[in-house]
Amino acid sequence: MRYKLDITKDHCPMTYVKTKLELEKLSSGDILEVILKKGEPLENVPRTAEEQGNKIIEIKHLQDDIHIVVIEKG
Amino acid sequence: MANKKKISIVLFSGDFDRAIAAFTIASGAAAVNYEVNLFFTFWGLNTIKKEKGRKALGKGLLARAFNFLMGGFKNLPLSRLNFGGISPKLMTGLMKNRNVATLKELLEASIQLKTNFFACEMSMNILGLKKEDFIPEIKEVLGVAKFLKLSEDGEILFI
Repeated sequence: MRYKLDITKDHCPMTYVKTKLELEKLSSGDILEVILKKGEPLENVPRTAEEQGNKIIEIKHLQDDIHIVVIEKG
Repeated sequence: MANKKKISIVLFSGDFDRAIAAFTIASGAAAVNYEVNLFFTFWGLNTIKKEKGRKALGKGLLARAFNFLMGGFKNLPLSRLNFGGISPKLMTGLMKNRNVATLKELLEASIQLKTNFFACEMSMNILGLKKEDFIPEIKEVLGVAKFLKLSEDGEILFI
């Protein structure tokens, strides 16, 4: 299954709190697309998702400072 | 994930803004895969009382008066410019407007991310409080020795 999470309006620490809680709900192999801003979220969300045993499929630039991180749940 | 990083936070203060700092670090650290311990002591115990408002908890007149005056989660004062308790409400409104997590949301996130809550035995004794006076997430009531054991090989913060 493919899921989407928009954290562009959130700030520390809810950006990674929401990502972690969303990933916990998914099953192994599920895909989560996280829409986020550059800076702290873009630096930390992919890194910590990977540290927790998930796989970063790709990071795309959408527009302006908005990026999308595609994570496969490990 | 053999060596999970660890942070242990002592929340001594019962101030609204300091509680925000404690629960921000707690939930943020848990979200980036830290093991998180939160120790509530003295004024910090007010943040985790089951009763969110003012209630004369505890044993003995003085303890009951103290607990009533301190209140619970809803009565936490701002450390500066409290203005009789209006400021924390204004601050919460500001936080909502700016899409920043409120104290309540940070506490809930800390619970959802399974941070460990502990209460200090000695200060509970002074204030005549029992484990049942606190939210059920309090894992254990303990003292300094157990706290040091639990926080071993990690960071310690005192707020």
